[in-house]
Amino acid sequence: MFGKLTLESIPYHEPIIMVVAAFMAIGGIALFGLITYYRKWGWLWNEWFTSVDHKKLGIMYFIVALVMLLRGFSDAIMMRTQLAMAAGDAAGYLPPEHYDQIFTAHGVIMIFFVAMPMVIGLMNLVVPLQIGARDVAFPFLNNLSFWLFAVSAILVNISLVVGEFAKTGWLAYAPLSGIEFSPGVGVDYWIWALQISGIGTTLTGINFFVTIIKMRTKGMTMFRMPIFTWTSLCANVLIIASFPILTATIALLTLDRYLGMHFFTNDFGGNMMMYVNLIWAWGHPEVYILILPAFGVFSEVIATFARKRLFGYATMVWATISITLLSFVVWLHHFFTMGAGANVNAFFGIMTMIIAIPTGVKVFNWLFTMFRGSLELTSPVLWTLGFIITFTLGGMTGVMLAVPAANFVLHNSLFVIAHFHNVIIGGVVFGMMAGLTYWFPKAFGFTLNEKWGKRSFWCWFIGFYVAFMPLYVLAFFGAVRRMQSYANPEWQPWMILAWVGAVIIMLGIVCTIIQFWVSIRDRKQNADVTGDPWNGRTLEWSTSSPAPFYNFARLPEVGDIDSFWSQKQRSEEQLEEAPYTDIHMPRNTVAGPVISFFALVIGFALVWHIWWLAGVGAVGVFISFMARVFNDDIDYYVPAAEVERIEREHQQRVEAQA
Amino acid sequence: MSTDTLNHSSHHPVEHEEEHHDASGTKLFGFWVYLMSDLVIFGSLFATYAVLMKGTAGGPTGADIFELPLILFGTFALLISSFTFGMGVLAMHANRVGQVKVWLIITFLLGLCFLGMEVYEFQHLIHEGYGPDRSGFLSAFFTLVGTHGLHVTFGMIWILVMLVQLYTKGLNDMTRPRILCLSLFWHFLDIVWICVFSFVYLMGVL
Repeated sequence: MFGKLTLESIPYHEPIIMVVAAFMAIGGIALFGLITYYRKWGWLWNEWFTSVDHKKLGIMYFIVALVMLLRGFSDAIMMRTQLAMAAGDAAGYLPPEHYDQIFTAHGVIMIFFVAMPMVIGLMNLVVPLQIGARDVAFPFLNNLSFWLFAVSAILVNISLVVGEFAKTGWLAYAPLSGIEFSPGVGVDYWIWALQISGIGTTLTGINFFVTIIKMRTKGMTMFRMPIFTWTSLCANVLIIASFPILTATIALLTLDRYLGMHFFTNDFGGNMMMYVNLIWAWGHPEVYILILPAFGVFSEVIATFARKRLFGYATMVWATISITLLSFVVWLHHFFTMGAGANVNAFFGIMTMIIAIPTGVKVFNWLFTMFRGSLELTSPVLWTLGFIITFTLGGMTGVMLAVPAANFVLHNSLFVIAHFHNVIIGGVVFGMMAGLTYWFPKAFGFTLNEKWGKRSFWCWFIGFYVAFMPLYVLAFFGAVRRMQSYANPEWQPWMILAWVGAVIIMLGIVCTIIQFWVSIRDRKQNADVTGDPWNGRTLEWSTSSPAPFYNFARLPEVGDIDSFWSQKQRSEEQLEEAPYTDIHMPRNTVAGPVISFFALVIGFALVWHIWWLAGVGAVGVFISFMARVFNDDIDYYVPAAEVERIEREHQQRVEAQA
Repeated sequence: MSTDTLNHSSHHPVEHEEEHHDASGTKLFGFWVYLMSDLVIFGSLFATYAVLMKGTAGGPTGADIFELPLILFGTFALLISSFTFGMGVLAMHANRVGQVKVWLIITFLLGLCFLGMEVYEFQHLIHEGYGPDRSGFLSAFFTLVGTHGLHVTFGMIWILVMLVQLYTKGLNDMTRPRILCLSLFWHFLDIVWICVFSFVYLMGVL
């Protein structure tokens, strides 16, 4: 009846998990109670959950990502605490099988459920505004993508309380992840969470690619697009080309585990190295999917706050395109030790090093943009400066790892861990924090508190160095990754130092939480009435904050890079005379959340081999999708009079402020 | 949203004509992009098959199990179905909704022939003891060919849905782009099958 699921599947005997579960339950009940008490369920459902508005979806991506950041960071601090304790004969407080789940969950959560949704959330919020569009190409798919991602996050959290998570590392290398060596449900949770959210990501990639290609406003040629839109475009190309490989690879692993096939098994003609090849053919482009939009954020931030046009716009674009192409020919550097042969390794080593060239072009572009600009040291700029320093350092350790001979020594050591945290924290996290601060007023109509933002930056910046520089050192002592304890007590001081660094980063996260609280409290004083709080350069700042649901009352026209800026310089009131027209908008839809709910049912049922329930879920997906397909009433027109009323209200607010 | 809204079909029949054409163009372009991403899935499966082709683990090779005459029958059914779908699209452009239905039904039946061939082949192989769990080669074979078959199945369900929509709604701004997308999908599966036929069956037997 319930497949492999029994009451014993809930880990009662693990006190840590039970305490966490209790906290999650209390938090969940409190949230549920508050929403019920304030009668907000209808509002949440009608205005948010079923919304096809890209700005609201962007905000929801960020909220889920920030919640998951807390989960992923808890895993991090647990690991650091364990390693600070478990020297010599000490065993620490985490048993190996639990520790293995934690480092797996940490990686999976941070990449798939924190970094990805932040990047996609930012694209949602910003890209249609930057290209002067009223929505994305496929608004319903956009909502569906979000919910597929959200239910996958739920599935990962279910694994904490019901059953277990994978103990295989975040990419679940075969044959370890095969049924022979991982008979539990942990890998199955991994499979279905990634499969469902991966399909959502592919849909997002297609959606935004088409949006940017097809829906740019009049006059915005490709080489007039803002850099963030360019980097998003390239990231979406990477999603379209690489996520299907992940889908296929996970499907093959699924067939191995569920139907006894032999793709990645040791015996019967399987080939486990094929798994590593396939997963990295997706995995390497994936890191560029994360970092390219972050590069875009820094470019926008630095040009805005240096009050200068970005230095070398065209080279920035071509550097982005080169990185996009090169990212598909470097995947083998993740496993030089596989034994592909000297020539193959040399090819991939050189290709990897070549990526440093376009990246270097970008760094110089940012530096020259600041040069002789009047740089304002706001918190987004601090994140950018911290990024330039930290990412350059991380890039250099990356080039070291790209030397196959050196890689044989550094492989699987803490050097690798230090390197990729160096680029992911210094690049993606700093970038997302900069983007969050920069575009927050566009989403909510008030700016974030600067004091706490800067405190958060300094904690993250210092915390990062304290936490990860010791790992480089430890690597030279021979410390390997994914170890739960170590025999050499001389490593312990470094491990404790790394723990201190993690605590400093935690203070940074606390600062961000305080920043939200303080900013919401003082939202009246920090209101952004004009819609252009930073004296910005691109189109998103030309509409009010928060932007009306139709984005632009009249579609803007573009004649240059940074068109809004030059328009302000000429102080021309464009299109002032043109009358408002009816605006064509998509209707909200329940299909996204409903289909995704059934996808969650399928995922959970398949994890536990509850076949009938999986069938129910599949029928549910089909029926709810058909209901959507047979619904003709999916769009409507906002009458011109209504547009005029909203715009006049905004005008009055601006005048009242002045 | 508190806005007063109007239903476009009743109030804006003419002036937004252009916008709708554009929307249909965007839909088709988006579907092309989706097909390219699907192609990457097939690409991964072809690559997997190439790697595992020799991994027979003492079991049968392609030459031992492939029955070309049967496959050729299925291949022709599928190729002809592409032609009949093309006729359906021509009928749609000529606004002959009755003919569109007939061509779609013929396409569906040809798809059914193809699928019947595949089910028979799979069933036969499994019965002989050469199921997908026998060897890496057979895993890759069943998965590649089966994924294509699954796509054909989805295409056939889609044809049925379109038939229902043609009966209830006729040809309009909603159904036209859908039929065009479906036709792209169907031809795409044909092209993939040509690759499967040459790369898997012909090369396996040669």
